Amino acid sequence: MINAKKYGGTITAYITGDVDEHTAQSLREFLDRIIENEIFSTLIIDFSAVDFMDSTGLGMLIGRYKKLKKKGIPLLVSGVSPQIDKVFKISGIYQIVKKVG
Amino acid sequence: MKIQNYCRLAFAGITDNEKFVRSAVAAFCSSLNPTLEEINDIKTAVSEAITNSIVHGYGEEVGEIVIEVYLLSDCVEIKIIDNGCGFENIEKAMQPFYTSKPNDERSGMGFTIMQAFMDNVVVESKVGNGTMVTMQKRIYKVKC
Repeated sequence: MINAKKYGGTITAYITGDVDEHTAQSLREFLDRIIENEIFSTLIIDFSAVDFMDSTGLGMLIGRYKKLKKKGIPLLVSGVSPQIDKVFKISGIYQIVKKVG
Repeated sequence: MKIQNYCRLAFAGITDNEKFVRSAVAAFCSSLNPTLEEINDIKTAVSEAITNSIVHGYGEEVGEIVIEVYLLSDCVEIKIIDNGCGFENIEKAMQPFYTSKPNDERSGMGFTIMQAFMDNVVVESKVGNGTMVTMQKRIYKVKC
């Protein structure tokens, strides 16, 4: 599940549950609707309510990063658990997607 | 090393089963009294291997995946076996960022994560005959 809130120029998307091959496609579609239709300057994806994530989530994030980069919009992540942090660190994704909060 | 317990689970290779299978494996391993980090490492590695079987092994088809879990005194061994397409170049497939489906937003980090989260990962594969991934993780017990 995913929902989003907008404060000023920042949109924060809150993911709930697991991020894996089964859930990634609906997350991609939700985030792409935001990227294509909304006017904003920063996108934060919040993982506070995510119980589990595997490398499918990395692919999903990198895909959104590429789309946002074309628009000059930074992608950030927040609420990262130790399990997800370990996946992020191994992948090196923090070089392009910064962690906040 | 003597096997204390084992289980074998066969399931349809569809993404609906991923959460159930990794949770079942984690629950089965709990008798070794692993830490939360060790359990999360196992769940992540299992999820990566199952996703590989579903996405790369079977592709558009739905095939059967078998997972075997062996509990040793301070170690868990997990085998994930599919009868999918298999692949020829194991060394290449295990390289970071390599994916056989570059247009599908794949990170190509599956095997890298398995290797980072488990203590040992061995991949056996033959084109047309499927793939077996064997992973081991030592469970470090707190000494009293």
